[in-house]
Amino acid sequence: MNKKQIIWKHKHLIGLRDFSREEIEYILDTAHGFEEVSTRNIKKAPTLRGKVVVNLFFEDSTRTRNSFTLAANRLSADVIEFTEKVSSTSKGETLLDTARNLEAMGIDIVVIRHSAGGAPKFLSRNINACVVNAGDGCCEHPTQGLLDVYTIRKIKDSLEGLKIAIVGDIAHSRVARSDIYAMTKLGAEVILVGPPTLMPAKVEQLPVKVSYSLDDVIGQLDVINMLRIQFERMGVNPFPSVKEYSHYFGLTVDRMKKAKKDILVMHPGPINRGLEMESEVADGPNSVILRQVTNGLAVRMAVLFLVNQGAMMQDKKERLEGQ
Amino acid sequence: MRLLNRVLVDILSTTVSDFWNTGLSKNMEVLLSSDKIADCITALADEIVLKTSKGDKIAVIGIRSRGEILAKRISDILSKKLKTKIPCGTLDITLYRDDINNPHGDSQPIVRSTEIGFDIDDKIIILVDDVLYTGRSIRAAMDALIDLGRPKAIRLAVLVERAGRELPIAADFAGLKIDLPAEKNVQVNFVESDGKDRVIAI
Repeated sequence: MNKKQIIWKHKHLIGLRDFSREEIEYILDTAHGFEEVSTRNIKKAPTLRGKVVVNLFFEDSTRTRNSFTLAANRLSADVIEFTEKVSSTSKGETLLDTARNLEAMGIDIVVIRHSAGGAPKFLSRNINACVVNAGDGCCEHPTQGLLDVYTIRKIKDSLEGLKIAIVGDIAHSRVARSDIYAMTKLGAEVILVGPPTLMPAKVEQLPVKVSYSLDDVIGQLDVINMLRIQFERMGVNPFPSVKEYSHYFGLTVDRMKKAKKDILVMHPGPINRGLEMESEVADGPNSVILRQVTNGLAVRMAVLFLVNQGAMMQDKKERLEGQ
Repeated sequence: MRLLNRVLVDILSTTVSDFWNTGLSKNMEVLLSSDKIADCITALADEIVLKTSKGDKIAVIGIRSRGEILAKRISDILSKKLKTKIPCGTLDITLYRDDINNPHGDSQPIVRSTEIGFDIDDKIIILVDDVLYTGRSIRAAMDALIDLGRPKAIRLAVLVERAGRELPIAADFAGLKIDLPAEKNVQVNFVESDGKDRVIAI
Protein backbone atom coordinates (compact mmCIF):
# COMPACT_ATOMS: atom_id res chain seq x y z
CA MET A 1 0.00 0.00 0.00
CA ASN A 2 1.47 3.30 -1.04
CA LYS A 3 0.89 5.97 1.48
CA LYS A 4 0.33 9.59 0.78
CA GLN A 5 2.46 11.54 3.20
CA ILE A 6 0.51 14.18 5.06
CA ILE A 7 1.51 16.03 8.18
CA TRP A 8 -0.93 14.95 10.89
CA LYS A 9 -1.84 17.96 13.04
CA HIS A 10 -4.93 16.89 14.98
CA LYS A 11 -4.54 16.27 18.69
CA HIS A 12 -8.22 15.46 19.10
CA LEU A 13 -10.60 13.06 17.41
CA ILE A 14 -14.04 14.52 17.95
CA GLY A 15 -15.94 13.62 14.81
CA LEU A 16 -15.36 12.42 11.27
CA ARG A 17 -17.41 15.32 9.94
CA ASP A 18 -14.36 17.55 10.47
CA PHE A 19 -11.92 15.30 8.60
CA SER A 20 -11.01 15.28 4.92
CA ARG A 21 -10.90 12.17 2.80
CA GLU A 22 -7.09 12.25 2.85
CA GLU A 23 -7.04 12.43 6.64
CA ILE A 24 -9.45 9.51 6.98
CA GLU A 25 -7.37 7.47 4.54
CA TYR A 26 -4.23 8.36 6.47
CA ILE A 27 -5.75 6.98 9.69
CA LEU A 28 -6.77 3.78 7.88
CA ASP A 29 -3.30 3.38 6.34
CA THR A 30 -1.71 3.91 9.74
CA ALA A 31 -4.07 1.35 11.30
CA HIS A 32 -2.86 -1.21 8.78
CA GLY A 33 0.62 -0.97 10.28
CA PHE A 34 -0.73 -1.66 13.76
CA GLU A 35 -2.49 -4.90 12.85
CA GLU A 36 0.74 -6.85 13.00
CA VAL A 37 1.30 -6.00 16.67
CA SER A 38 -1.74 -8.07 17.64
CA THR A 39 -0.65 -11.12 15.67
CA ARG A 40 2.66 -11.84 17.32
CA ASN A 41 3.93 -13.49 20.46
CA ILE A 42 4.61 -10.33 22.38
CA LYS A 43 1.63 -8.17 21.57
CA LYS A 44 3.17 -4.92 22.62
CA ALA A 45 5.19 -2.04 21.20
CA PRO A 46 6.88 0.69 23.27
CA THR A 47 5.43 3.59 21.25
CA LEU A 48 3.38 5.32 23.98
CA ARG A 49 5.56 4.26 26.92
CA GLY A 50 5.22 6.78 29.74
CA LYS A 51 1.97 8.22 28.39
CA VAL A 52 -1.22 8.03 30.43
CA VAL A 53 -4.59 7.38 28.85
CA VAL A 54 -7.77 7.82 30.86
CA ASN A 55 -10.97 6.05 29.90
CA LEU A 56 -13.59 8.55 31.00
CA PHE A 57 -16.85 6.68 30.47
CA PHE A 58 -20.11 8.25 31.59
CA GLU A 59 -22.12 5.60 29.77
CA ASP A 60 -22.03 1.82 29.73
CA SER A 61 -19.75 0.19 27.25
CA THR A 62 -17.94 -3.08 27.09
CA ARG A 63 -16.36 -3.53 23.71
CA THR A 64 -15.40 0.06 22.94
CA ARG A 65 -13.93 0.53 26.37
CA ASN A 66 -12.05 -2.76 26.39
CA SER A 67 -10.87 -2.10 22.88
CA PHE A 68 -9.44 1.29 23.88
CA THR A 69 -7.85 -0.17 27.01
CA LEU A 70 -6.23 -2.97 25.06
CA ALA A 71 -5.12 -0.59 22.30
CA ALA A 72 -3.45 1.68 24.87
CA ASN A 73 -1.87 -1.31 26.64
CA ARG A 74 -0.47 -2.69 23.40
CA LEU A 75 1.27 0.64 22.85
CA SER A 76 2.63 0.47 26.43
CA ALA A 77 0.61 3.43 27.73
CA ASP A 78 -0.74 3.36 31.28
CA VAL A 79 -4.52 3.38 31.52
CA ILE A 80 -6.75 4.83 34.20
CA GLU A 81 -10.29 3.50 34.19
CA PHE A 82 -12.89 6.02 35.24
CA THR A 83 -16.54 5.03 35.48
CA GLU A 84 -19.41 7.17 36.57
CA LYS A 85 -20.62 4.78 39.26
CA VAL A 86 -17.41 4.84 41.25
CA SER A 87 -16.49 8.43 40.53
CA SER A 88 -17.26 11.76 42.10
CA THR A 89 -19.78 12.81 39.49
CA SER A 90 -22.44 11.33 41.75
CA LYS A 91 -21.24 13.85 44.32
CA GLY A 92 -21.88 16.65 41.88
CA GLU A 93 -18.47 17.15 40.31
CA THR A 94 -18.84 18.62 36.85
CA LEU A 95 -17.35 17.11 33.73
CA LEU A 96 -14.79 19.87 33.54
CA ASP A 97 -13.77 19.50 37.20
CA THR A 98 -13.36 15.78 36.74
CA ALA A 99 -11.23 16.21 33.65
CA ARG A 100 -9.10 18.93 35.22
CA ASN A 101 -8.49 16.78 38.26
CA LEU A 102 -7.38 13.93 36.06
CA GLU A 103 -5.24 16.32 34.06
CA ALA A 104 -3.55 17.48 37.25
CA MET A 105 -2.35 13.90 37.64
CA GLY A 106 -0.54 14.29 34.34
CA ILE A 107 -2.65 12.44 31.83
CA ASP A 108 -1.97 12.74 28.12
CA ILE A 109 -5.05 11.37 26.37
CA VAL A 110 -8.70 11.37 27.46
CA VAL A 111 -11.00 8.84 25.83
CA ILE A 112 -14.49 10.05 26.62
CA ARG A 113 -17.96 8.61 26.25
CA HIS A 114 -20.83 10.79 27.34
CA SER A 115 -24.60 10.82 26.92
CA ALA A 116 -24.52 14.53 26.05
CA GLY A 117 -23.66 15.32 22.46
CA GLY A 118 -20.81 17.83 22.29
CA ALA A 119 -19.19 16.78 25.58
CA PRO A 120 -15.89 15.75 23.89
CA LYS A 121 -15.74 19.00 21.95
CA PHE A 122 -16.36 20.98 25.13
CA LEU A 123 -13.61 19.06 26.89
CA SER A 124 -11.13 19.56 24.05
CA ARG A 125 -11.56 23.31 24.31
CA ASN A 126 -10.91 23.36 28.03
CA ILE A 127 -8.06 20.97 28.75
CA ASN A 128 -4.58 20.49 27.34
CA ALA A 129 -4.71 16.71 26.95
CA CYS A 130 -5.71 15.02 23.70
CA VAL A 131 -9.40 14.14 23.53
CA VAL A 132 -10.74 11.08 21.71
CA ASN A 133 -14.49 10.74 21.33
CA ALA A 134 -15.71 7.23 22.18
CA GLY A 135 -19.35 8.18 21.54
CA ASP A 136 -21.25 11.32 22.48
CA GLY A 137 -25.03 11.22 22.75
CA CYS A 138 -26.54 10.81 19.31
CA CYS A 139 -23.71 12.77 17.61
CA GLU A 140 -20.71 10.71 16.60
CA HIS A 141 -18.74 7.58 17.39
CA PRO A 142 -15.74 8.22 15.16
CA THR A 143 -13.62 5.16 15.94
CA GLN A 144 -16.60 2.92 15.10
CA GLY A 145 -17.04 4.78 11.80
CA LEU A 146 -13.33 4.33 11.09
CA LEU A 147 -13.30 0.63 11.89
CA ASP A 148 -16.37 0.11 9.72
CA VAL A 149 -14.77 1.70 6.66
CA TYR A 150 -11.47 -0.02 7.49
CA THR A 151 -13.23 -3.41 7.48
CA ILE A 152 -15.00 -2.69 4.20
CA ARG A 153 -11.86 -1.33 2.54
CA LYS A 154 -9.85 -4.33 3.63
CA ILE A 155 -12.23 -6.75 1.95
CA LYS A 156 -13.44 -4.70 -1.03
CA ASP A 157 -10.17 -2.73 -1.54
CA SER A 158 -12.03 0.57 -1.94
CA LEU A 159 -15.35 2.13 -1.01
CA GLU A 160 -15.56 4.01 -4.30
CA GLY A 161 -18.96 3.37 -5.88
CA LEU A 162 -20.15 0.84 -3.28
CA LYS A 163 -23.78 0.86 -2.22
CA ILE A 164 -24.09 0.67 1.53
CA ALA A 165 -27.30 0.54 3.57
CA ILE A 166 -27.44 1.56 7.19
CA VAL A 167 -30.56 -0.04 8.59
CA GLY A 168 -32.65 0.58 11.66
CA ASP A 169 -32.48 3.09 14.43
CA ILE A 170 -30.72 5.91 12.60
CA ALA A 171 -32.20 8.64 14.78
CA HIS A 172 -30.48 7.50 17.95
CA SER A 173 -27.33 6.25 16.31
CA ARG A 174 -24.02 8.04 16.62
CA VAL A 175 -22.53 5.14 14.71
CA ALA A 176 -24.77 5.98 11.75
CA ARG A 177 -23.55 9.58 11.70
CA SER A 178 -19.88 8.69 11.81
CA ASP A 179 -20.47 5.98 9.20
CA ILE A 180 -22.26 8.39 6.88
CA TYR A 181 -19.41 10.90 7.00
CA ALA A 182 -16.66 8.31 6.58
CA MET A 183 -18.38 6.23 3.90
CA THR A 184 -19.51 9.12 1.72
CA LYS A 185 -16.13 10.86 1.98
CA LEU A 186 -14.50 7.68 0.73
CA GLY A 187 -16.84 7.59 -2.27
CA ALA A 188 -19.61 5.18 -1.26
CA GLU A 189 -23.31 5.75 -1.76
CA VAL A 190 -25.20 5.48 1.52
CA ILE A 191 -28.86 4.55 1.82
CA LEU A 192 -30.59 4.91 5.19
CA VAL A 193 -33.29 2.32 5.70
CA GLY A 194 -35.83 2.23 8.52
CA PRO A 195 -39.28 3.34 9.60
CA PRO A 196 -39.89 7.12 9.36
CA THR A 197 -40.05 7.30 13.15
CA LEU A 198 -36.41 6.19 13.38
CA MET A 199 -35.07 8.63 10.78
CA PRO A 200 -33.15 11.59 12.16
CA ALA A 201 -34.47 15.12 11.93
CA LYS A 202 -33.16 17.05 8.91
CA VAL A 203 -32.15 13.82 7.18
CA GLU A 204 -32.41 15.67 3.86
CA GLN A 205 -29.33 17.68 4.83
CA LEU A 206 -27.20 14.54 4.97
CA PRO A 207 -25.47 13.28 1.81
CA VAL A 208 -27.61 10.12 1.73
CA LYS A 209 -30.66 8.50 0.17
CA VAL A 210 -33.54 7.31 2.32
CA SER A 211 -35.69 4.22 1.87
CA TYR A 212 -38.51 2.94 4.04
CA SER A 213 -38.38 -0.55 2.64
CA LEU A 214 -35.48 -2.96 3.09
CA ASP A 215 -36.88 -5.32 0.46
CA ASP A 216 -36.75 -2.53 -2.17
CA VAL A 217 -33.02 -1.98 -1.79
CA ILE A 218 -31.47 -5.20 -0.53
CA GLY A 219 -30.73 -6.59 -4.00
CA GLN A 220 -28.42 -3.68 -4.90
CA LEU A 221 -26.30 -3.58 -1.76
CA ASP A 222 -22.59 -4.32 -1.40
CA VAL A 223 -22.64 -3.76 2.34
CA ILE A 224 -25.43 -3.74 4.91
CA ASN A 225 -24.85 -2.30 8.37
CA MET A 226 -27.56 -3.30 10.83
CA LEU A 227 -27.88 -0.97 13.80
CA ARG A 228 -29.00 -1.92 17.25
CA ILE A 229 -32.41 -0.67 18.34
CA GLN A 230 -31.52 1.51 21.30
CA PHE A 231 -34.52 1.09 23.54
CA GLU A 232 -32.73 2.90 26.34
CA ARG A 233 -32.72 6.15 24.35
CA MET A 234 -36.38 6.06 23.39
CA GLY A 235 -39.13 7.83 25.28
CA VAL A 236 -42.03 6.27 23.40
CA ASN A 237 -42.16 3.20 21.20
CA PRO A 238 -41.24 4.15 17.64
CA PHE A 239 -42.92 1.07 16.18
CA PRO A 240 -46.02 -0.92 17.10
CA SER A 241 -44.25 -4.12 18.06
CA VAL A 242 -40.85 -5.73 18.03
CA LYS A 243 -42.23 -8.48 15.84
CA GLU A 244 -43.50 -5.99 13.28
CA TYR A 245 -40.15 -4.19 13.19
CA SER A 246 -38.28 -7.39 12.66
CA HIS A 247 -40.73 -8.43 9.94
CA TYR A 248 -40.05 -5.28 7.91
CA PHE A 249 -36.47 -4.40 8.81
CA GLY A 250 -34.89 -7.49 10.34
CA LEU A 251 -32.13 -9.25 8.40
CA THR A 252 -33.53 -12.74 8.09
CA VAL A 253 -32.25 -15.79 6.26
CA ASP A 254 -35.10 -15.35 3.75
CA ARG A 255 -34.22 -11.74 3.10
CA MET A 256 -30.55 -12.61 2.64
CA LYS A 257 -31.55 -14.78 -0.34
CA LYS A 258 -32.39 -11.59 -2.25
CA ALA A 259 -28.99 -10.04 -1.51
CA LYS A 260 -25.79 -10.20 -3.58
CA LYS A 261 -23.73 -13.32 -2.87
CA ASP A 262 -20.78 -11.27 -1.58
CA ILE A 263 -22.69 -8.74 0.52
CA LEU A 264 -20.94 -7.83 3.76
CA VAL A 265 -23.13 -7.97 6.84
CA MET A 266 -22.03 -5.62 9.60
CA HIS A 267 -23.28 -4.71 13.08
CA PRO A 268 -21.65 -2.41 15.62
CA GLY A 269 -22.78 -4.71 18.47
CA PRO A 270 -24.19 -5.71 20.81
CA ILE A 271 -26.76 -7.52 18.65
CA ASN A 272 -30.38 -7.96 19.69
CA ARG A 273 -30.46 -11.44 18.16
CA GLY A 274 -33.77 -12.15 16.46
CA LEU A 275 -34.69 -8.47 16.34
CA GLU A 276 -32.33 -6.69 13.93
CA MET A 277 -30.82 -9.89 12.70
CA GLU A 278 -31.40 -13.63 12.89
CA SER A 279 -28.62 -15.61 14.53
CA GLU A 280 -28.00 -17.63 11.35
CA VAL A 281 -27.18 -14.38 9.55
CA ALA A 282 -25.10 -12.90 12.37
CA ASP A 283 -22.98 -16.06 12.44
CA GLY A 284 -23.23 -16.73 8.69
CA PRO A 285 -20.60 -16.56 5.95
CA ASN A 286 -21.34 -12.95 4.97
CA SER A 287 -21.00 -11.65 8.49
CA VAL A 288 -17.88 -9.61 9.27
CA ILE A 289 -19.06 -8.62 12.74
CA LEU A 290 -16.16 -10.22 14.60
CA ARG A 291 -13.66 -8.85 12.10
CA GLN A 292 -15.02 -5.40 12.91
CA VAL A 293 -14.06 -6.00 16.53
CA THR A 294 -10.55 -7.17 15.60
CA ASN A 295 -10.02 -4.25 13.24
CA GLY A 296 -11.32 -1.86 15.88
CA LEU A 297 -8.26 -2.60 17.96
CA ALA A 298 -5.83 -1.64 15.17
CA VAL A 299 -7.85 1.48 14.36
CA ARG A 300 -7.85 2.60 18.00
CA MET A 301 -4.12 2.01 18.30
CA ALA A 302 -3.65 4.19 15.23
CA VAL A 303 -5.92 6.90 16.67
CA LEU A 304 -4.08 6.99 20.01
CA PHE A 305 -0.76 7.11 18.16
CA LEU A 306 -1.89 9.87 15.81
CA VAL A 307 -3.47 12.21 18.39
CA ASN A 308 -0.25 11.92 20.37
CA GLN A 309 1.72 12.83 17.23
CA GLY A 310 -0.69 15.73 16.65
CA ALA A 311 -0.14 16.99 20.19
CA MET A 312 3.62 16.97 19.67
CA MET A 313 3.31 18.87 16.41
CA GLN A 314 1.17 21.51 18.12
CA ASP A 315 3.51 21.78 21.11
CA LYS A 316 6.38 22.30 18.75
CA LYS A 317 4.49 24.96 16.81
CA GLU A 318 3.64 26.80 20.01
CA ARG A 319 7.26 26.62 21.16
CA LEU A 320 8.44 28.06 17.86
CA GLU A 321 5.85 30.83 17.97
CA GLY A 322 6.81 31.61 21.57
CA GLN A 323 10.45 32.15 20.66
CA MET B 1 39.63 -5.66 4.50
CA ARG B 2 40.36 -6.51 0.88
CA LEU B 3 36.77 -5.55 0.04
CA LEU B 4 37.12 -2.25 1.84
CA ASN B 5 40.30 -1.33 -0.02
CA ARG B 6 38.79 -2.26 -3.32
CA VAL B 7 35.76 -0.15 -2.63
CA LEU B 8 37.75 2.86 -1.48
CA VAL B 9 39.77 2.84 -4.67
CA ASP B 10 36.55 2.52 -6.61
CA ILE B 11 34.99 5.54 -4.97
CA LEU B 12 37.73 7.85 -6.11
CA SER B 13 37.49 6.71 -9.69
CA THR B 14 33.69 6.69 -9.65
CA THR B 15 33.47 10.19 -8.24
CA VAL B 16 35.65 11.65 -10.92
CA SER B 17 34.16 9.80 -13.85
CA ASP B 18 30.54 10.27 -12.80
CA PHE B 19 31.12 13.95 -12.27
CA TRP B 20 32.29 14.43 -15.84
CA ASN B 21 29.78 12.02 -17.32
CA THR B 22 26.58 13.28 -15.76
CA GLY B 23 27.39 16.81 -14.66
CA LEU B 24 26.48 16.23 -11.02
CA SER B 25 26.31 19.28 -8.81
CA LYS B 26 29.44 20.09 -6.86
CA ASN B 27 28.15 19.18 -3.42
CA MET B 28 26.82 15.81 -4.55
CA GLU B 29 29.22 12.94 -4.62
CA VAL B 30 28.59 9.45 -5.95
CA LEU B 31 29.88 6.94 -3.41
CA LEU B 32 28.81 3.81 -5.26
CA SER B 33 27.71 3.39 -8.83
CA SER B 34 25.27 0.75 -9.98
CA ASP B 35 28.02 -1.79 -10.81
CA LYS B 36 29.77 -1.25 -7.50
CA ILE B 37 26.51 -1.75 -5.63
CA ALA B 38 26.04 -5.11 -7.35
CA ASP B 39 29.64 -6.06 -6.46
CA CYS B 40 29.13 -5.02 -2.84
CA ILE B 41 25.92 -7.03 -2.52
CA THR B 42 27.58 -10.13 -3.99
CA ALA B 43 30.54 -9.65 -1.64
CA LEU B 44 28.18 -9.32 1.33
CA ALA B 45 26.42 -12.54 0.34
CA ASP B 46 29.78 -14.31 -0.10
CA GLU B 47 30.89 -13.28 3.35
CA ILE B 48 27.60 -14.38 4.89
CA VAL B 49 27.96 -17.79 3.24
CA LEU B 50 31.55 -18.00 4.49
CA LYS B 51 30.46 -17.40 8.08
CA THR B 52 27.60 -19.89 7.87
CA SER B 53 28.09 -23.32 9.37
CA LYS B 54 26.31 -26.40 8.19
CA GLY B 55 22.94 -26.75 9.89
CA ASP B 56 22.53 -23.03 10.55
CA LYS B 57 19.03 -21.84 9.77
CA ILE B 58 19.42 -18.44 8.15
CA ALA B 59 16.76 -15.81 7.43
CA VAL B 60 17.16 -12.30 6.08
CA ILE B 61 15.13 -9.38 7.45
CA GLY B 62 15.34 -5.89 5.97
CA ILE B 63 14.48 -2.64 7.69
CA ARG B 64 11.94 -0.55 5.78
CA SER B 65 12.28 0.86 3.29
CA ARG B 66 15.71 0.61 1.56
CA GLY B 67 16.82 -2.26 3.79
CA GLU B 68 13.81 -4.19 2.52
CA ILE B 69 15.06 -4.03 -1.07
CA LEU B 70 18.63 -4.84 -0.09
CA ALA B 71 17.42 -7.81 1.99
CA LYS B 72 15.48 -9.15 -0.97
CA ARG B 73 18.56 -9.00 -3.20
CA ILE B 74 20.81 -10.59 -0.60
CA SER B 75 18.35 -13.39 0.13
CA ASP B 76 18.02 -14.13 -3.60
CA ILE B 77 21.78 -14.53 -3.93
CA LEU B 78 21.98 -16.57 -0.72
CA SER B 79 19.19 -18.86 -1.92
CA LYS B 80 21.18 -19.59 -5.09
CA LYS B 81 24.50 -20.06 -3.36
CA LEU B 82 23.15 -22.22 -0.55
CA LYS B 83 20.75 -24.03 -2.90
CA THR B 84 17.85 -23.61 -0.52
CA LYS B 85 15.15 -20.96 -0.22
CA ILE B 86 16.30 -18.40 2.36
CA PRO B 87 13.27 -16.72 3.94
CA CYS B 88 13.12 -12.95 3.67
CA GLY B 89 11.00 -10.52 5.68
CA THR B 90 10.50 -6.82 6.29
CA LEU B 91 10.64 -4.99 9.58
CA ASP B 92 9.00 -1.62 10.23
CA ILE B 93 10.72 0.00 13.20
CA THR B 94 8.57 3.15 13.52
CA LEU B 95 6.87 1.96 16.73
CA TYR B 96 10.29 1.33 18.30
CA ARG B 97 12.07 4.54 17.34
CA ASP B 98 13.59 6.44 20.26
CA ASP B 99 12.60 9.81 18.77
CA ILE B 100 8.95 8.91 18.29
CA ASN B 101 7.87 11.21 21.12
CA ASN B 102 10.40 13.85 20.27
CA PRO B 103 10.00 14.79 16.63
CA HIS B 104 12.43 17.12 14.98
CA GLY B 105 12.02 18.78 11.65
CA ASP B 106 8.72 18.87 9.86
CA SER B 107 8.66 15.21 9.04
CA GLN B 108 6.45 12.76 10.85
CA PRO B 109 7.08 9.06 11.11
CA ILE B 110 4.74 6.92 9.02
CA VAL B 111 3.71 3.59 10.45
CA ARG B 112 3.95 0.83 7.90
CA SER B 113 3.62 -2.85 8.56
CA THR B 114 6.10 -5.50 9.54
CA GLU B 115 5.82 -8.48 7.22
CA ILE B 116 7.70 -11.52 8.41
CA GLY B 117 5.99 -14.67 7.23
CA PHE B 118 8.14 -17.12 9.16
CA ASP B 119 9.08 -18.01 12.70
CA ILE B 120 12.31 -16.29 13.77
CA ASP B 121 12.88 -18.55 16.79
CA ASP B 122 16.25 -20.32 16.73
CA LYS B 123 17.19 -18.83 13.36
CA ILE B 124 20.25 -16.78 12.57
CA ILE B 125 18.74 -13.50 11.48
CA ILE B 126 20.72 -11.41 9.02
CA LEU B 127 19.38 -7.94 9.76
CA VAL B 128 19.81 -5.72 6.74
CA ASP B 129 19.83 -1.94 6.38
CA ASP B 130 21.14 0.38 3.72
CA VAL B 131 23.26 2.66 5.93
CA LEU B 132 24.63 2.17 9.44
CA TYR B 133 25.35 5.56 11.01
CA THR B 134 24.27 6.43 14.57
CA GLY B 135 23.13 2.89 15.30
CA ARG B 136 19.74 4.05 16.62
CA SER B 137 17.69 2.35 13.90
CA ILE B 138 19.49 -0.90 14.59
CA ARG B 139 18.77 -0.60 18.33
CA ALA B 140 15.08 -0.13 17.47
CA ALA B 141 15.19 -3.04 15.02
CA MET B 142 16.74 -5.37 17.59
CA ASP B 143 14.03 -4.48 20.12
CA ALA B 144 11.36 -5.07 17.49
CA LEU B 145 12.89 -8.45 16.57
CA ILE B 146 13.09 -9.61 20.17
CA ASP B 147 9.35 -8.89 20.51
CA LEU B 148 8.75 -11.26 17.60
CA GLY B 149 10.64 -14.19 19.04
CA ARG B 150 14.02 -15.46 20.13
CA PRO B 151 16.46 -15.79 17.26
CA LYS B 152 19.61 -17.84 17.77
CA ALA B 153 21.64 -14.81 16.74
CA ILE B 154 21.20 -11.47 15.02
CA ARG B 155 23.91 -10.41 12.56
CA LEU B 156 24.00 -7.03 10.91
CA ALA B 157 24.65 -6.50 7.20
CA VAL B 158 24.74 -3.00 5.68
CA LEU B 159 25.61 -1.57 2.30
CA VAL B 160 27.27 1.54 3.75
CA GLU B 161 28.95 1.67 7.13
CA ARG B 162 29.43 5.31 8.02
CA ALA B 163 31.43 6.46 11.06
CA GLY B 164 29.45 8.27 13.78
CA ARG B 165 27.99 5.63 16.08
CA GLU B 166 26.03 6.92 19.09
CA LEU B 167 25.38 3.42 20.45
CA PRO B 168 27.67 0.41 20.94
CA ILE B 169 26.58 -1.29 17.73
CA ALA B 170 28.76 -2.67 14.91
CA ALA B 171 28.13 -4.28 11.54
CA ASP B 172 29.08 -7.91 10.96
CA PHE B 173 29.04 -7.47 7.20
CA ALA B 174 29.60 -4.13 5.48
CA GLY B 175 30.02 -3.07 1.88
CA LEU B 176 31.46 0.43 1.81
CA LYS B 177 33.09 1.87 4.94
CA ILE B 178 33.30 5.62 4.99
CA ASP B 179 33.75 8.67 7.22
CA LEU B 180 31.93 11.84 6.19
CA PRO B 181 31.44 15.27 7.78
CA ALA B 182 28.30 15.44 9.94
CA GLU B 183 26.47 17.81 7.60
CA LYS B 184 26.62 15.28 4.77
CA ASN B 185 23.73 12.95 4.07
CA VAL B 186 24.15 9.52 2.57
CA GLN B 187 21.36 8.57 0.19
CA VAL B 188 20.89 5.09 -1.17
CA ASN B 189 18.80 4.76 -4.33
CA PHE B 190 17.59 1.46 -5.74
CA VAL B 191 15.98 0.63 -9.07
CA GLU B 192 12.93 -0.80 -7.29
CA SER B 193 12.17 2.42 -5.41
CA ASP B 194 13.99 5.23 -7.20
CA GLY B 195 14.52 4.07 -10.78
CA LYS B 196 18.27 3.56 -10.51
CA ASP B 197 20.96 2.08 -8.31
CA ARG B 198 23.41 4.47 -6.74
CA VAL B 199 24.73 5.70 -3.40
CA ILE B 200 25.41 9.41 -3.09
CA ALA B 201 26.52 11.85 -0.43
CA ILE B 202 24.87 15.28 -0.42
